[in-house]
Amino acid sequence: MSINYADTAWVLVSSAMVLFMTPGLAFFYGGLVRRKNFLSTIMMSFACLGLIGLLWVLYGYSLSFGPDKAGIIGGLDFFGLINVGQDPSPVYATTIPHLAFMTFQGMFAIITVALITGAVVERIKFSALTLFSILWFTLVYCPVAHWVWGSGGWLAKLGTLDFAGGTVVHIAAGVSALSLALLLGPRKGFKEKEPMEPGNIPMVALGAGMLWFGWFGFNAGSALTSGGLASSAFVATNISAATAAFVWMVLSWIYRRPSLLGVVTGAVAGLVAITPAAGFVQPIMGIPIGAGVAILCYYMMLFRAKTGIDESLDVWAIHGMGGTWGALATGIFCSTAVNTAGKNGLIYGNPKQLLLQLIGVVSVWAFAFIMTWILGKIVNAIVGLRVSSSEESVGLDISQHGERAYGGHLR
Amino acid sequence: MKKIEAIIREEKLEPVKKSLENIGYFGMTITEVGGRGRQKGIPLKWGPREYWVEFLPKLKVEVVVLDEDVSATVNAIVKGARTGDVGDGKIFIIPVENAVRIRTGDTGGNAV
Repeated sequence: MSINYADTAWVLVSSAMVLFMTPGLAFFYGGLVRRKNFLSTIMMSFACLGLIGLLWVLYGYSLSFGPDKAGIIGGLDFFGLINVGQDPSPVYATTIPHLAFMTFQGMFAIITVALITGAVVERIKFSALTLFSILWFTLVYCPVAHWVWGSGGWLAKLGTLDFAGGTVVHIAAGVSALSLALLLGPRKGFKEKEPMEPGNIPMVALGAGMLWFGWFGFNAGSALTSGGLASSAFVATNISAATAAFVWMVLSWIYRRPSLLGVVTGAVAGLVAITPAAGFVQPIMGIPIGAGVAILCYYMMLFRAKTGIDESLDVWAIHGMGGTWGALATGIFCSTAVNTAGKNGLIYGNPKQLLLQLIGVVSVWAFAFIMTWILGKIVNAIVGLRVSSSEESVGLDISQHGERAYGGHLR
Repeated sequence: MKKIEAIIREEKLEPVKKSLENIGYFGMTITEVGGRGRQKGIPLKWGPREYWVEFLPKLKVEVVVLDEDVSATVNAIVKGARTGDVGDGKIFIIPVENAVRIRTGDTGGNAV
């Protein structure tokens, strides 16, 4: 196979854009917590850039995309990037260097782990989070990526579609977030309904903007070519994000006032939902997908708040449920007219695809929830999950990192 | 008239507000302050070393009340702000010479 330079350029640019989403997420989450935990929340995402970026090239890529072992996991043939070079892989993205494909996929692994941190902010011990991230990346992310995207992975063979990570990234992270938050327990004062107002909403909007921009690399880059399919996925992505942002704004307006936090949350939900579908559906289907996710996630957030579970930044409601809707919507709206590697969905007379999507959703939900619970228990036994009560009162910036977001004598 | 100045935990503002409302006091001024008490802040452990966080964020609540309401007000603040742990804060009671309501020009007891 020969290298296509346009494809290579697009995938490398997309890789940089997906990497840029993790700092975006850092600011998105950072602005949502109280100021005493601003820095620590940003740190959780940046730590993934270091930690997962390293583990990915050591063994993560190999476990995810190495030669298949029983449909469950990849072999270690690519350990330390052995056999991953400038020539294309014979299996994946055959028009770009294998290294370009490898690094593009690595950026997804980084942000997936970072996404979970939204559930545990303001109270988790940093050492526990680091240990958990290593275990979760190795034992949850790599297998699930292999199932869905690896050549020979069991969900891939079954025919479950996931263009850019609705199941691998968003369901896996969102469901794990719920599981870990349940294990960790609520923040001090949460049960007493102490106000926990976001420290800096403009920072949340900045982060959301970075995410929206990077998401074009995430979705359109997942075409792994630079032609019509990438363009189609790009347009679908923006339509869904725009629709969801608008619908969410209207919903918040109906109940109270049009909220900035609502618009940016809606945009992110729209981006989540279109992720698995982007390269399989007609771009205009971004409208029902985006409108559907805004309504679903809005009420899921209210529901989560009602349950009294402190899944602090609603990773489950947005990414878990938004990813679930996106994965199922893929089975409803997908069309081979868009992508010959895809399938026809429910509205094109193939209800079986919806069932295949459901199998993907249920298995990743169950695997992520149970594994996270087990891994969380293990980490709790080794280093303890939570900071002490006084450390939590002072805030994690000072107690975990000995730094703080703002200088001055007071805070 | 007395001014009651209470330095309280940030998270205790809501209960303090509620218990002041219960005795009929709605007006108050709050300021974000940093403070330390006899313990000179609190020690935290990070790795092998211990270090001190000296000035912890607190809120200062100021209410001006009639002399006969002082003890009820103080009790209400204590009830709302107390956890029983170190760092609950302090209350200071300061005499006030006069007060003026800017809108009407009312003075003294009519202005608070």
